[in-house]
Amino acid sequence: MTDSHDGKFGRYGGQYVPEALMPAIEELREAYERYVLDGADDFPTELRDRLADFGGRPTPLQYAEALSDRYDTNVYLKREDLLHGGAHKLNNALGQVLLAKYMGKDRIIAETGAGQHGTATAMAAAHLGMPCEVYMGETDMERQRPNVQRMRLNGATVTPVTTGRGTLKEAISETMRDWASNVEDTHYVIGSIVGPDPFPEMVRDFQSIIGEEAREQIREKTGGLPDSVVACAGGGSNTMGAFHEFRDDCAEPRSADDSSGQRPRDHVDLIAVEAGGSSLEVDEERGVAPNSATLSTGDEGVLHGARTKLLQDADGQILESHSVSAGLDYSGVGPELAHLVDTGRVQAANVDDDDALEAFHRVSRLEGIIPALETAHAFAYLEAHPDALGETTIVNVSGRGDKDLETVIEQTRDRDLDAAAALDDPTEGAEGER
Amino acid sequence: MSLDGVFDEPAFVPYLVAGDPDRESSKAYVEALAEGGADVIELGLPFSEPIAEGPTIQSAIVRALQAGMTPDRYFTFVEELDIDVPVVCMTYYNLLYQYGDSDGPRSFVERAAEAGIAGFVVPDLPAEEAGPLREACDEFGLDLIFIVAPTTTDDRLATMREVTSGYVYVQARLGVTGARDDVSDQTGATLARVADWPVPKAVGFGIKTREHARDIVAGGADGIIVGSALVDIVARGASEDRSIDTVAQEVREKAAALKAGAIDGGRDRVDSTTD
Ligand SMILES: Cc1ncc(COP(=O)(O)O)c(C=O)c1O
Repeated sequence: MTDSHDGKFGRYGGQYVPEALMPAIEELREAYERYVLDGADDFPTELRDRLADFGGRPTPLQYAEALSDRYDTNVYLKREDLLHGGAHKLNNALGQVLLAKYMGKDRIIAETGAGQHGTATAMAAAHLGMPCEVYMGETDMERQRPNVQRMRLNGATVTPVTTGRGTLKEAISETMRDWASNVEDTHYVIGSIVGPDPFPEMVRDFQSIIGEEAREQIREKTGGLPDSVVACAGGGSNTMGAFHEFRDDCAEPRSADDSSGQRPRDHVDLIAVEAGGSSLEVDEERGVAPNSATLSTGDEGVLHGARTKLLQDADGQILESHSVSAGLDYSGVGPELAHLVDTGRVQAANVDDDDALEAFHRVSRLEGIIPALETAHAFAYLEAHPDALGETTIVNVSGRGDKDLETVIEQTRDRDLDAAAALDDPTEGAEGER
Repeated sequence: MSLDGVFDEPAFVPYLVAGDPDRESSKAYVEALAEGGADVIELGLPFSEPIAEGPTIQSAIVRALQAGMTPDRYFTFVEELDIDVPVVCMTYYNLLYQYGDSDGPRSFVERAAEAGIAGFVVPDLPAEEAGPLREACDEFGLDLIFIVAPTTTDDRLATMREVTSGYVYVQARLGVTGARDDVSDQTGATLARVADWPVPKAVGFGIKTREHARDIVAGGADGIIVGSALVDIVARGASEDRSIDTVAQEVREKAAALKAGAIDGGRDRVDSTTD
């Protein structure tokens, strides 16, 4: 498989933006090629050093004893929740803010859903001395309050977006508008592998440090490669970050009629877990998809600068998405991930809100790790498909769940989930589970 | 209806969103534009993610969508208009792309041609990706209008020159749509860069008053495009619950003033060249 350097991933990708933005994305592509790909002015060294000293890289690859027991397999956790800011988002934010600095830009804008990308960008901007404005949907500001405060503490302006449902889709549109108005001095730090070329490719490169480390770490620990890598997918940046270095580990794709039950050597299954929300059925009347399962249920179209898979109605209007987790609540997905799913290299799966919430509690209790609600979707996949994992699996722990406590407690009670009991009496519930 | 001859005298090209705030009023407002002197009407087909629009037009799009506007209803809306002015459809690529069962924009263009639409402006479709739409437009005899921005590079200008027909939309300033209080001096510079193109030059983004219109045409434009200043009138009508007739009258007067400004500008330009 060759890496894309032309902004296209099969039929997906491209640069579908207003003319006013064209020069900015051309300038960005040049800068990306010069500093990131060709390493001019020692950009990669400076980024690596800052990711180490400011960011806390490398993050550990931890053997998860309780989950391994539970699923009768070897579960390893790539601990991106231990990265500064509490999520994988810093890899990209620091990369882009530093690049903007090398480009001579003097203002940073970003959009955020869960607030993790906004937080990472605000931190990176403060670290590198750049002013920063973050657009965030009103609904998301409400459900991710701690992150709003963190951004403000780092000196960023948080601007509420009130259109639509007030989630990530609207925030991205609003940030693109700002960028079109201030393109000469402003860099837009997009938060996932979405948007016009070169963003999907560049963000993937910044995030692929996750898989790069994980590949080396799993070799050290087990002497081989994992059978599967599982990651949650909103836009898909932690997903592609975890998958990219394993992209060629598929010498022989497993054939459907292979009855031996043997996995071919060096085949690493890559599993992207989306938010199934409350249902995979679209509510036509309200124009809402009560899920964010774009890879599983979306159709090809053009949104936010790229051709990709989208949640849309028959006319091509973009549907509002839904997920209990703000960071997965997006109607689009990265074009590269859409392509890899179409071509069979990545498997798309989805789990619903309730299962994600249960997984949030389970992992917190069993492993002493409170995962982000986004990440909880990846963990819920383990519970639903323990047989699909092989002997060794890596789960990308994309972030920590502190930001989600309020939502989780409220939703767990409202939905009357099993885990609700544990909220009242912490000695209950833990027993039977294990 | 075609765009031939439309720019023979300084043209007034207004924009409204079809179906804003509802079908009946919108029809009256579009017809008022024609009565006020519109030479071409850019009629917005609302898309849920209008990334090139500022708050005024964005809100208009939300109102129209809430009132039930769809591509099919848009086409019948155009067919039912009682006007003698060509209509250009302004929308985003996903709507063209998804229409009908076919792959690509061809069925949309075919249906638009049947409805009598003269051409398209698609702000999120760059010239490099325009091949399939350009082909369909050629097949059905429609124009495809591209937007040139103050930041457009020389390389891209050359590409756009190849694919533009009907007129070229010169973006007066950076940013998104929206009425402003001044006219940017970026306009003259951008106009100069497309001066030798074989199509008329229409300038838009931020034009609000008769004086703006005059200055822009005097500065070399063949026409002016005005959106937000007109959408503002519709918006006020919708929020203050004024009668359709009252709002339509205001639209008609505003249109007439802007058209007069364009004519004034043409005269100023002729005068200055005969000095
Ligand atoms: C912890 C965490 N995981 C995952 C995501 C989803 O984004 P992506 O799919 O780009 O990794 C987010 C987004 O905010 C997040 O905060």
